Amino acid sequence: MSEPIIHMDQIEKHFGNIIALAGVSFDVFPGECHCLLGDNGAGKSTFIKTMSGVHKPTSGQIFLEGKPMSFDSPRDAMEAGVATVYQDLAMIPLMSVTRNFFMGREPTKGWGIFKRFDTTRANEITMTEMAGMGIRLRSPDQAVGTLSGGERQTVAISRAVHFGAKVLILDEPTSALGVRQTSNVLATIDKVRKNGIGIVFITHNVRHAMAVGDRFTVLNRGKTHGTAKRGEIKAEELQDLMAGGQELAQLEGSLGGTI
Amino acid sequence: MSEVTTSVGDERLKAESFGAKLMKRPELGAIAGVILVVLFFLATADSSMFTLSGVMNFMTPAAQLGILAIGAAMLMIGGEFDLSIGSMVAFAGLFFAACVVNWGLPLVLAIPLTFVFAAMVGGVNGTIVIRSGLPSFIVTLAFLFILRGLSLVGLKLATGGSTQLRGVREAVEGDWLAPFFSGEAFGPLFAWLAETGLIETFKNGTPKVPGIPVEIIWFVLVALLATYVLLRTPVGNWIFASGGDRVAASNSGVPVNKVKISLFMLTACCAAMVAIITVMDAGSTDARRGFQKEFEAIIAAVIGGCLLTGGYGSAIGAFFGSIIFGMVVIGLTYTNFDQDWFQVFLGGMLLIAVLFNNAIRKRVTGER
Repeated sequence: MSEPIIHMDQIEKHFGNIIALAGVSFDVFPGECHCLLGDNGAGKSTFIKTMSGVHKPTSGQIFLEGKPMSFDSPRDAMEAGVATVYQDLAMIPLMSVTRNFFMGREPTKGWGIFKRFDTTRANEITMTEMAGMGIRLRSPDQAVGTLSGGERQTVAISRAVHFGAKVLILDEPTSALGVRQTSNVLATIDKVRKNGIGIVFITHNVRHAMAVGDRFTVLNRGKTHGTAKRGEIKAEELQDLMAGGQELAQLEGSLGGTI
Repeated sequence: MSEVTTSVGDERLKAESFGAKLMKRPELGAIAGVILVVLFFLATADSSMFTLSGVMNFMTPAAQLGILAIGAAMLMIGGEFDLSIGSMVAFAGLFFAACVVNWGLPLVLAIPLTFVFAAMVGGVNGTIVIRSGLPSFIVTLAFLFILRGLSLVGLKLATGGSTQLRGVREAVEGDWLAPFFSGEAFGPLFAWLAETGLIETFKNGTPKVPGIPVEIIWFVLVALLATYVLLRTPVGNWIFASGGDRVAASNSGVPVNKVKISLFMLTACCAAMVAIITVMDAGSTDARRGFQKEFEAIIAAVIGGCLLTGGYGSAIGAFFGSIIFGMVVIGLTYTNFDQDWFQVFLGGMLLIAVLFNNAIRKRVTGER
């Protein structure tokens, strides 16, 4: 088996006297979708922020393709190939798809003071990338605000892929989407995975995780509850692990097993 | 490439008409406004308003305001305000006049020094806003008073008690840089046009319009440069992004703080430019220079399609917004209306512009 793209070893993160992460280990292989599940407050956000360079771990190490790494900023992580698609997507509704796509990384032509934004090439790339993901744009200068939630998610994902992500962290990409939109995003994840990119899929929806995940790690109260491979675990078990066991089992009884 | 994009259409999208596309341009409102105002004055004003000299008459104040308005527009697109630009005109004017009169510096030194000085003040403004995270509205409101007060105090220091610093004209006379910042350009061309009878002349044969006032040329240059930067450079994209959503922008690697501080410096430099031109034109500076220009500049920017929330707008819009402004200020003197209608007109236009912009924004973002 190949080596993991990113390996997080015994990560701890303390905020003052609060222990947000108490020794979490996690890794992602190329072409794999590793789901990170957990309820609100389990430490998912802190964990991915550590992975993407927003926080520095209090202790523990991050290995990128076998080499120990220390990210000082999200920019560092991005350059190393760890891209994050946050819930707010880092998209600006009033700006065009192209302008959003290349925000902060505009292609230029010319030199010196005549260096300018190569809009023609930027538009072409945007249209090609979007078409590749199955999104039909009216025109590349269409404002992002006119796209649906799923389409925006796809723009954000293909932007990260275009700029050379090796690991793609998706922070609850399906949490605000409808059924059809969700399946579009899950299909996108599948496409990206087939390109050999490792995906970290954060969610608290077990069904979405089961749909695309290769491995599942459950985070609860800052600790991992183990990692399971696809086929080794059932949705109900994941659900129980996330909630921390008994209470949900009781609740589930009274709700008729619908959660 | 184009096959992919044109062959698959979404059956739920209606083809967009040319009109709908036009509606999405931020400067549309300002251009429509110019047309309306021209029609209004064609109907009500004396016909001399639209002769060459009449046009120069209203373009001069439009240009002086416009240079400020374009700076203000870029800052507004970047998501910030600067209420201190009017006071900055007075302060930079004082600094410039002190350079040439009190210190006897040649323009080749005085002008760059004034720009550097203004940029520093703008930088202070911007740094406070960025570092404190306070709204720029309140920080620059403080600077509106601080700079105005400093201008008064400084004037008294520079002149020994007066609030007017004179002698600029005498000090810059004969300086080789002076023609670039004062008087009229293309004088010989206009003299020749007058000789051939293409433009109106006085009885003695000198042309009624001796040339294009330099501020108009600067105004056009600044507008073109600003438009180029906004639409065709990476920095332009960063300005839109910083104003649209600073968190999203900085997550994507845009140096938001640098962009915003630079924009504050830029607006201050625009104020310095207006200060240099008007001080050299008047030959003196006083503490009331640039009074309330900050509001007029913001109004022109808003008429030009800038959203108060940032992230949207255009320099060309501010260009036309300023022309509307100049036409109304000067145009009313060509009509039988009382001059004092001007402020009513201005407020009314601002209100219409804001309502219009709001509707446009909803269209662009597809809100319902």
